[in-house]
Amino acid sequence: MKTNSNHTREPLFHLVKRDALPFQKALLIRVIAVVLAVVLCALLSVALIGASPIKFIGTLFDGSFGSSRRLWKFAKDACALLCIALAITPAFRMRFWNIGAEGQTLIGALAAVAVVHYLGGSVDNWLLLVLMFIAAVVSSGIWGFLPAIFKAKWNTNETLFTLMMNYIATGLTSYFLMVWTPSGSSVLGALPFGHLPVIGHEYLVFILVTLILTALLYVYLNYTKQGYEISVVGESENTARYIGIGVGKVVIRTMIISGAICGIAGFLIVSALDHSVTTTTVGGMGFTAIMVSWLAKFNPLYMLGTSALITFLEQGSAQISTNFNIDSSFPNMIVGIVLFFIIGCEFFITYKIKRSDSHKKGEKIK
Amino acid sequence: MNRPIALELKNISKYFGSVIANKDVNLTVYRGEILAILGENGCGKTTLMNMIAGIYYPDHGTILIDGKEVVIRSPKDAFEHKIGMIHQHFKLVDLFTAAENIVLGVDDNKKYNINEINETVAKMAQKYGFNIDPKKKIYDMSVSEKQTVEILKVLYRGADILILDEPSAVLTPQETDKLFEVLRRMREDGKSILIITHKLHEVLSISDRVAVLRKGEHVATVETATTTASELTEMMVGKKVELNINRPEPKNVCDRLTVKGLNMTNSDGVKVLDNVSFTARAGEILGVAGIAGSGQRELLETIAGLAHPATGEIIYHNPQTNADDNLMDKNPIEIRELGVRLSFVPEDRLGMGLVGNMDIVDNMMLRSYRRGHSVFVDRKKPKDLAHKIVDELEVVTPSTKTPVRRLSGGNVQKVLVGREIAASPTVLMAAYPVRGLDINSSYTIYGLLTKQKEQGVSVIFVGEDLDVLIELCDRILVICAGRVTGIIDAKNATKEQIGLLMTETKSANTPKEENNNENEQ
Repeated sequence: MKTNSNHTREPLFHLVKRDALPFQKALLIRVIAVVLAVVLCALLSVALIGASPIKFIGTLFDGSFGSSRRLWKFAKDACALLCIALAITPAFRMRFWNIGAEGQTLIGALAAVAVVHYLGGSVDNWLLLVLMFIAAVVSSGIWGFLPAIFKAKWNTNETLFTLMMNYIATGLTSYFLMVWTPSGSSVLGALPFGHLPVIGHEYLVFILVTLILTALLYVYLNYTKQGYEISVVGESENTARYIGIGVGKVVIRTMIISGAICGIAGFLIVSALDHSVTTTTVGGMGFTAIMVSWLAKFNPLYMLGTSALITFLEQGSAQISTNFNIDSSFPNMIVGIVLFFIIGCEFFITYKIKRSDSHKKGEKIK
Repeated sequence: MNRPIALELKNISKYFGSVIANKDVNLTVYRGEILAILGENGCGKTTLMNMIAGIYYPDHGTILIDGKEVVIRSPKDAFEHKIGMIHQHFKLVDLFTAAENIVLGVDDNKKYNINEINETVAKMAQKYGFNIDPKKKIYDMSVSEKQTVEILKVLYRGADILILDEPSAVLTPQETDKLFEVLRRMREDGKSILIITHKLHEVLSISDRVAVLRKGEHVATVETATTTASELTEMMVGKKVELNINRPEPKNVCDRLTVKGLNMTNSDGVKVLDNVSFTARAGEILGVAGIAGSGQRELLETIAGLAHPATGEIIYHNPQTNADDNLMDKNPIEIRELGVRLSFVPEDRLGMGLVGNMDIVDNMMLRSYRRGHSVFVDRKKPKDLAHKIVDELEVVTPSTKTPVRRLSGGNVQKVLVGREIAASPTVLMAAYPVRGLDINSSYTIYGLLTKQKEQGVSVIFVGEDLDVLIELCDRILVICAGRVTGIIDAKNATKEQIGLLMTETKSANTPKEENNNENEQ
């Protein structure tokens, strides 16, 4: 049988699935990935802006750790990101792709500001804070509840639904800003009331609350019955049905919790940091948080690391664009490159590439 | 051997991570013979065949066809070397006719002329004794007809070496006999046939030689005429195995579960359960036989209280209160609250019975985590249970912290059955509990079920191997297209009798129903 007139050749490489790598080895691969990414960024910076790679990397670190002010800002930004990432994590563990944290946080912030706008000055500060908190948590909870009930009752697509809810939140915010600013400027100045008390540094309360929230959520997800139900529903709805978990009930409950934590984030942003609201108060953190949560494999403790990493990159690259006087798209590129390497290295954790035996070649057949 | 060699494998190895799928396998296939590839699940039969068919690429070793070394990188390469594989799961376009499916993808630079193709296909079918209409659409076909199309598809491409992956798994005994007739005719025609199976009696009845694999390695190839079932088993397992199932006489038999007039229609409007009535008794094993997808799954899931829109009655006779409770339209929690101790080993172990990504402890918790008023889960008792099951059932696992999906099929099943038995059930339902298990694990499971029966549990066992059903069960319920076609005494039952009942309404069936059954497999 002469079939092989076309030159069939052995493939040069082929992929082989690995065993589960030990934790240290997997970590090493990830560290190597980050280092390689930074090196590539440095080389790019030489090519594009002519900066020395050492100086480039130095500036990257300088952005977050160069002064105590930058360090505080770094901690604050990382915690803001962490707080929103915490909020979406219960939903993500349930495989409910909530990409509406942006809107859920914004509506919470808006509700808190609304309380200050209408009641500020006429009630005690502590009562005002309590009301702000309740308003934020309830309104964000509703923002989480709506897509959940539609999902539970009619199996609507939660991704689209939560995304659309973002635009409603933005629209409502610009509407109320217009109503609240008599001049029609839509810029609300810093509110004089409803400030959380300052302990030590102005950001410290905010950072501490976020850290406590992280610990609470870790316990909730791993050691409570509700957390266990979330995991079961996320892993397999069939198993959940099999043991009698009401899937719809868990979906709704979890999304209310997810929304409510966004509400806490919104409340904290208003009462501890911004004391105001704009349509860009959340500034895309609702989406970046998805990355934070995912990179940490939905583990709140790992999220401390991933939110710090992403904030570090953003601030470092912003510093680079200031120092080297280049456009702000360059920093974005750097963040993108690093994330690409981190996500890409997962491939090498799962597979290894093997060279084929090259001593035999297909050309022998004729 | 003076016959010409068709295919030769030399030192073929394939690894998946540290798992050895095949190691240094040497195999020779002659022209005009039927070679059975025998081995337990997970011994690398399918992987080895996939390498011949171009689906996997070997890590080491060479493949020779007609004495010449070849490289097979894709199924297309395999076809060029006249090798064709018939997979367990059919790959057919439902809306096309048999002939259209057969020519699909054939690139012979000829003008597409469907009449001519129909004729060729009909001629080919006639030559080997297939019974098929080339113009029939796939969705109108039964499982065995679809299999015929798959075989013709391979023959049409001129295959001289045919690989069949467990072809009898989806067939009734009668259909299997017919298929074997066809295979014998192909052998006469000079084709080489490799047939993967783990059913010993089939090996003995069809093959000329048997190649036995164990843990990825080739143990031996023997002449079928000179071997016996027990010798083959010994080679497969590596040690002597007692192939007898102990069936003690049922004691203190009383009615435990009565199902009356159960009807169910699925979302496509097809009747999947048709007036099903039967009684399961305490202290006996009731077998359920039927072609895969005849309503077995729906029946068990409905009894277990998994949401299904069904009508009828499911009466549980409670041994403690002597009350009769209707379980219809109750969810699993409500059933438990009634004091009904119903355990269920579903067919889909990792997708329903267990959570693959969770460890053994967390999987133990599935049934018991709700206990107590604390908001926190108590992992202590599940942990003790996990250790107990690992010890008593000899589950092979690095630790109780290993995700269950990393365990082998037999060990996964031991974890699941162990948990369900630990709930000390009064009714134990098991759907295909030995599917994919090796011989030793299978007999462990049979032993566990028999022990439950001796303790007065009413066991309902859905099985596919008729020999096992006849040996293990006390009574056998035969189901065909959602209808009970007979409940017979297992002691006097024959395979032929059950086989006939399994297909009883087949001629009266609407084609759509059959198609639907197939999809559910």
